Amino acid sequence: MKILVVDDERDIEVLFEQRFRREIKTGEIDFAFAYSGEQALDYLNQHVHEAVLILSDINMPGMSGLELLRHIKQKFSHPPPVVMMITAYGDAENYSQAMRLGADDFLTKPLDFSVLKEKLKEKVQ
Amino acid sequence: MSTEFIIIILVVIYLRRALKAKLFIPEWHDKLQLLLYASIGLLVVQVVTDNFRIILHWVGMIMLAWLLYILNKHEKFKEARFLVTAIVPYLVVSFVIEVIRLINVDLFNRWHSWTDAIQTFAFIWGIGTWIVTRRQRKELIKARQKAIEEEQNNKVISAMKAQLEVDVAERTAELRKQKEELEITLDELKAAQAQLIQSEKMASLGELTAGIAHEIQNPLNFVNNFSEVNKELLAEMKTEIDSGNFSEAKNIANDIQDNEEKINFHGKRADAIVKSMLQHSRSSSGKKEPTDINALADEYLRLSYHGLRAKDKSFNAKFETDFDDSIQEINIVHQDIGRVLLNLINNAFYSVSEKQRREIPGYEPTIKVSTKRLRDSFNPDRVEIRVADNGNGVPKKVLDKIFQPFFTTKPTGLGTGLGLSLSYDIITRGHGGELKVETKEGEGAEFIIILPTQ
Repeated sequence: MKILVVDDERDIEVLFEQRFRREIKTGEIDFAFAYSGEQALDYLNQHVHEAVLILSDINMPGMSGLELLRHIKQKFSHPPPVVMMITAYGDAENYSQAMRLGADDFLTKPLDFSVLKEKLKEKVQ
Repeated sequence: MSTEFIIIILVVIYLRRALKAKLFIPEWHDKLQLLLYASIGLLVVQVVTDNFRIILHWVGMIMLAWLLYILNKHEKFKEARFLVTAIVPYLVVSFVIEVIRLINVDLFNRWHSWTDAIQTFAFIWGIGTWIVTRRQRKELIKARQKAIEEEQNNKVISAMKAQLEVDVAERTAELRKQKEELEITLDELKAAQAQLIQSEKMASLGELTAGIAHEIQNPLNFVNNFSEVNKELLAEMKTEIDSGNFSEAKNIANDIQDNEEKINFHGKRADAIVKSMLQHSRSSSGKKEPTDINALADEYLRLSYHGLRAKDKSFNAKFETDFDDSIQEINIVHQDIGRVLLNLINNAFYSVSEKQRREIPGYEPTIKVSTKRLRDSFNPDRVEIRVADNGNGVPKKVLDKIFQPFFTTKPTGLGTGLGLSLSYDIITRGHGGELKVETKEGEGAEFIIILPTQ
């Protein structure tokens, strides 16, 4: 399963690679990383249908995660990739807006990777 | 006929009138009355009969002498004493003439014309004395009147002076009270101003807090996450060691090491953020210290951005930086300059977000923070910091007001209006620099700070 992770913090990449090292080693999951909404869209345009799951931070400079979410749900609709929002701002307004825009899930930082892994398993099935 | 009785009568009448003898000297009044009647009686006798002429003359002289004597002697007749001076010469002359007549009639007859003349002179003397005395008296009275008038005038003037002094004292007291009230008001205004400045600082600090919380959250997440990863890795490593796969164990150990470095890095990052937040809240020491202006600008840019995002979820803008790496540290009070940067950056973000509300298609709110070293042969080394935005710009009619205290274009409650005026103060008065603005209405604004490096 290809997962695109979108976050402006570079160390997220290292974190995911560490936390999913086993899954990466076995080839279960393959990660791609984008550091901004624009980069994410570029990637999706270039690698159409590759990423089945997108994990995106909400507050990033430039295009916010919610905007990215809206774009993804509008443009890439067959099949629509699963988009989960990850953010430090776990408040109701962000949540409702994300849900309204069609987010499949909403996770707060700090990431509980075990929970994330569970959710990923569900989505795959 | 002798004039003595007439004189006595006149004198007594004068005494009665002038001295009001009945009132003031009642005991003499009766005596004078007696004298008066006696004189009148004897005068009548003298006129009626020619007998006893000489005796009557002598009686008259003696009575007059007695009258003059009491006038001279007694204190109560002090006022009339001039009469004595007036009449005595005449009396003496009369007396001498009568004595001559008694002793030597022939001589008397021979000198008759002389004696008449002398008597007349004495008489004139008496009248003269009386007239002069009267005049003297009148003048005395006038002088006394004048003195009294003057005294009264002086009294009036003194009273007026006293009143004036009272008035002046009253006015002075009033003025003093007003001055004291004004001083109190001035103190209260100063206190209020200090409070406002403090609340402006607290407001900007409050805005920072949200941004800072977010800034800290990220590194803390990494610390937590990487340390959890390392826990797992250590467990894996133990398994590999037990299985004897030492090279694999070593690989894992390398990963653990890398992670520890990241933990350390992010921990320090959080520490630095907290320290800078504390410094921002602490009142400025005013001391200038060498500071990396690029790092300061970058820090406050991010702080502002996250702070505004925390407050307003719909807020979003792009920001760019363009830092001149050749700038070494410059001597500034970094809390103050940081506050200025924060203010300018916040204003820039506000401006672009306001413009974003107009939903102009294709509009991308962007702000740019750049630094440049200024070097020319005329001026000492300076550093230029620009905060540019593509927001609404500053309208021409408010351009000269924006640095004034309490001037704000934000709706009530959103801004104290002190940000730019405080910033202006800090830059110009605190650091001897310049703060200016270049703007095009509708297109954006650029705030330019120029600071001397020393």
